[in-house]
Amino acid sequence: MCACRCGIKVHLENGKLRYIEGNRDHPINRGVLCGKGSAGIMTAISPARLSTPLRRTGVRGSGEFEAISWDEALRIATDRLAAIRATDPNRLALFTGRDQSQSLTGHFARMFGTINYAAHGGFCSVNMAAAGLYSVGGAFWEFGEPDWEHAQLFLLFGVAEDHDSNPIKLGLGRLKARGAKIISINPVRTGYSAIADEFVAITPGTDGLLVFALIHCLLEAGRVDTEFLVRYTNAHHLVIDAPGDAEHGLIARDAAGRELCFDRSSGALVAAQAVGTDPALLGEFALPDGRRARPAFALLAERYCGPEHAPEAVASRCGVDAATIRRIAAEIAEVAFNQPVVLDQPWTDTAGRRHATMTGRPVAMHAMRGVSAHSNGFHTCRAIHVLQMLLGAIDTPGSWRYKSPYPKPIPGGPPPGKPGTPGGPLDAPPLGFPRGPEDLLVDEAGEPLRLDRAFSWEAPIAIHGLMHMAIARAYEAGPEAIDTLFLFMSNMAWNSAMNPGETTRMLSERDAQGGYRIPFVIVADAFASETVAYADLVLPDTTYLERYDCISLLDRPIGSAEGPADAIRIPVLRPDRDVRPFQDVLIELAGRLRLADFADERGAPLYSSYADYMVRHERRPGVGPLAGFRGEDGRGIGKGAPNPRQLERYVENGSFWRHELPHEQLYFKHANRAYLTGAKAMGLIDDDAQIVLQLYCEPLQRFRLAAEGHGLRRPPLRLRERIMRFFDPLPIWYVPLEEAMTDQVRFPLHAITQRPMAMYHSWGSHNAWLRQVLPENRIYLHRDLAAQLGVRDEDWVWVRSRNGSIRCQARTMDGVNRDTVWTWNAIGKRAGAWALKHDAPEFRRGFLLNHVISEYLPKRDDEVQHSNSDPVTGQAAWFDLSVSIEPCGPETHHETSPRPAANPLRVRWAAENS
Amino acid sequence: MTMLPERAPGAKKLGLVIDLDTCVGCHACAVNCKEWNTGGEAGILPDYDKYGPEPDGVWFNRIHSYETDGEGGSRTVNVPRSCLHCEDALCVTVCPTGASYKRVQDGIVLVDTDKCIGCQLCSWACPYGARELDEKAGVMRKCTLCIDRIYDENLPPAEREPACVATCPSRARHFGDLADPDSKVSKLVKERGGVDLLPGLGYRPTNKYLPPRRATIPTAPVKPPAPSGKGIGTALLGLLDKALSR
Repeated sequence: MCACRCGIKVHLENGKLRYIEGNRDHPINRGVLCGKGSAGIMTAISPARLSTPLRRTGVRGSGEFEAISWDEALRIATDRLAAIRATDPNRLALFTGRDQSQSLTGHFARMFGTINYAAHGGFCSVNMAAAGLYSVGGAFWEFGEPDWEHAQLFLLFGVAEDHDSNPIKLGLGRLKARGAKIISINPVRTGYSAIADEFVAITPGTDGLLVFALIHCLLEAGRVDTEFLVRYTNAHHLVIDAPGDAEHGLIARDAAGRELCFDRSSGALVAAQAVGTDPALLGEFALPDGRRARPAFALLAERYCGPEHAPEAVASRCGVDAATIRRIAAEIAEVAFNQPVVLDQPWTDTAGRRHATMTGRPVAMHAMRGVSAHSNGFHTCRAIHVLQMLLGAIDTPGSWRYKSPYPKPIPGGPPPGKPGTPGGPLDAPPLGFPRGPEDLLVDEAGEPLRLDRAFSWEAPIAIHGLMHMAIARAYEAGPEAIDTLFLFMSNMAWNSAMNPGETTRMLSERDAQGGYRIPFVIVADAFASETVAYADLVLPDTTYLERYDCISLLDRPIGSAEGPADAIRIPVLRPDRDVRPFQDVLIELAGRLRLADFADERGAPLYSSYADYMVRHERRPGVGPLAGFRGEDGRGIGKGAPNPRQLERYVENGSFWRHELPHEQLYFKHANRAYLTGAKAMGLIDDDAQIVLQLYCEPLQRFRLAAEGHGLRRPPLRLRERIMRFFDPLPIWYVPLEEAMTDQVRFPLHAITQRPMAMYHSWGSHNAWLRQVLPENRIYLHRDLAAQLGVRDEDWVWVRSRNGSIRCQARTMDGVNRDTVWTWNAIGKRAGAWALKHDAPEFRRGFLLNHVISEYLPKRDDEVQHSNSDPVTGQAAWFDLSVSIEPCGPETHHETSPRPAANPLRVRWAAENS
Repeated sequence: MTMLPERAPGAKKLGLVIDLDTCVGCHACAVNCKEWNTGGEAGILPDYDKYGPEPDGVWFNRIHSYETDGEGGSRTVNVPRSCLHCEDALCVTVCPTGASYKRVQDGIVLVDTDKCIGCQLCSWACPYGARELDEKAGVMRKCTLCIDRIYDENLPPAEREPACVATCPSRARHFGDLADPDSKVSKLVKERGGVDLLPGLGYRPTNKYLPPRRATIPTAPVKPPAPSGKGIGTALLGLLDKALSR
């Protein structure tokens, strides 16, 4: 359904859906339910539901198909994939959308042996995940949450209002009830920003500068938590200062590999993790080999104390006046240091110290889009984490907290999997965490191995892959590189594409022999999205009420700061169409392909269904998709033998499982001995050592050293400067890449999107109730800007970028940054899709901003053409867009443009064939 | 012409208190209301042109977002709008058939669809736009305060509240007896200065709206920085001079 994963109770009357309500016991939503959840009845009867497996009969994109049987569909898929696997498994590219099955789909890809797998994160939020996991071992949204019950000041740096929506709304309600202050830093004042006590209409892409200015003020005032820094971060670790040396910028270590610091009490270099020392945070020290080294904090202080980071220096670029920045910094300091939250709860840290209380800094933060969708988003998100660390506001009472099973040892998991024996599985999951150049997936020339160039020098820490580049790169690479593009629940030909016009052209293009440039496309989806028309084979999925689902700790869990949790969904309706749950289909496909972990030695399938897999699959001994009720007696927590009655136990428990952590484990999880020991016993982490927060991100420096010419694995020459620039171990800010390369006189405005709270991705418009809420969108602009341009409400305007033009209607408002225009995301639909009638407002007046965004940056003569992505993580940088607005002439045709030709699905049934 | 009942001493005044300080405008209440009531005793809330050019239908509750200028500058306010169950409900007194009525025991305003002729006088009379014509059945539809939930003894007591209240994700909606000064809702209205919508019209709505607030954090006046601004300042140096214990 959506990524909030709320618990629902579904009431049936005479076998039909009567009412869906929030489950009051469920840890995520505690009884509440959003508009999308409440409209589930209409999703379940949507006319856009696919009804049978389909094989393409017309040209790609025509929408002409014939109905085929499941036997035939599976035979086609199996034959194709078996042939690929026998030659080069990487010629299968599996990309999935915003689903809850990534643990399964990723495992399928690993066992199939293809490195070309990713989900939707590269489009959505990988900057947040990567910055968080490489800095604090958790992340905003998925792996962390504000302490809603104790925070006194909440800073909200952008937000996607349909993501984590019920938990955030519940939390905002709690903050409001307690009178805490909410500051929203966002170019646009909708939804959550509307109820903020202070709205800061920041210029898109400048959040990092604002955060540096806040850090500057705190440093200037001496308002940082030095004890937190030396106990819980690497602020005191000594950084080798030897320009030109192969270890310049790395942390100094002793012979045993332990990081070093300078202990002021003994006047000697000691292990940084030693207890009872008085570590220096400033100064310069000689290492035993004579090289110099400085504490990481000294580098940080020197940088952000600089005048270029003063509020006065950034105010005009951020669109926020200096006095406001200084006041917000003062409010942060006031709350953090003068109003600490003290809980009467003893606990023991990893150094063995017993603390009588838990004392916290009640300044909490949350960040998401826009920060995530800018090409400087990784560093901006890191900047926010650095601000949190300086305040001592990580997993303390009142601050941002880890959601269990996080924190995890930094950076969060093994490196990306590499091909093992030919035809065999990868040695690790395809998406992983590079620690340095040795973990990249590049060939001997340093060129990318993956289709989307993730984990290459173009995007080294692309831990979620680059979904937005999959089709463009498959097209570019040609049939020798990629045979089959297998898409699940991902609308990659429309709103999950930058530049859908180009994307659909690439999917449709044929060579002289009539073969498609991308030879075979399989689409698995429940609904007739725009992408379905471009499939050669369609595997129709069920709706979320007709299948088992597993919200697993191995995937994107529903744990909270109070403890780990997972959940299942059980089918409540029997499909009335010839459709099958995608997970069942994938497991059957894996069995037919005789993949390890899905088939036994003799090739017999191991699992009869996804439900069977959920119970019996073990990823590691004792660890499976579901963490609750394990062991033969059902008493196992986290680890334990498969329990044949596990699903029954879940159902008895409201279809979820939750382990409540004892109170002494609720905070300081990164250094809380009881928590870490318990988490290891539950199988949440493998190592119960303290998780040292990374103020200074050493892995980035390893990439940089390679660019300077050190080590065996170096970037190709053309990318060296880029790696040196962007792989700074302390956060940096730069003008978003596309903005910097675009003529700002011709295109002086920023253009971004917002998520309507009543929709989820593109999946609301076929819902008869939700489309009544928002059937068409407008481009919104500030009243002053509108007056200057001569634009009034409902006027037709052209939105132009370097990539093209959109014709749409305008609406004016006050609550938006003066130089920013915006619209609702994914309301515009392609005529013919989603079973909407030909004259639906979604086609005629709705539009996608995507049409004027490119997946490529402008090409310059002396450079390779880069993707429009964050250079560290590969995150799609769709908020970097620059546009102009001009009123349309009076003769304007009153429909949005571009408007690709309608291509509704036209299915020939077997009876018609005969 | 339909008469309003004499209000009996001790009778309840059931209604909603809606917190505009907390409402994010997410439409959860409106959709859940439609979901509950479309299969409930109130009968269906029809949808017209479900997948066509003019998607529309009957809703008991609709959300509007406004920008307003007030103290502290412009702000956006989300206002859910549904029947306010007025004490002087003109929608009742204009009804020619007696279909529109206000209950004695709890003040809920309802429509008896058996008597309703769909003349729409009530919707013309209601300044809040709370009544909508069911074009399929030819009768008026409106919020019932989920009368089929709040008195349903088969439901656990915690669930005997209107669907919109139960589902509200930011907990901006509260239900209770506004005639009882000690009820949670009456206290909220008192503490937060709850207001009537369009009080000048004199219909004395039962539902109240809590106005938006602005929380502040008092700090000492922020001094402008010393002009030097170079290197690490004395305040930080002083802090870093202190001994630490790792």
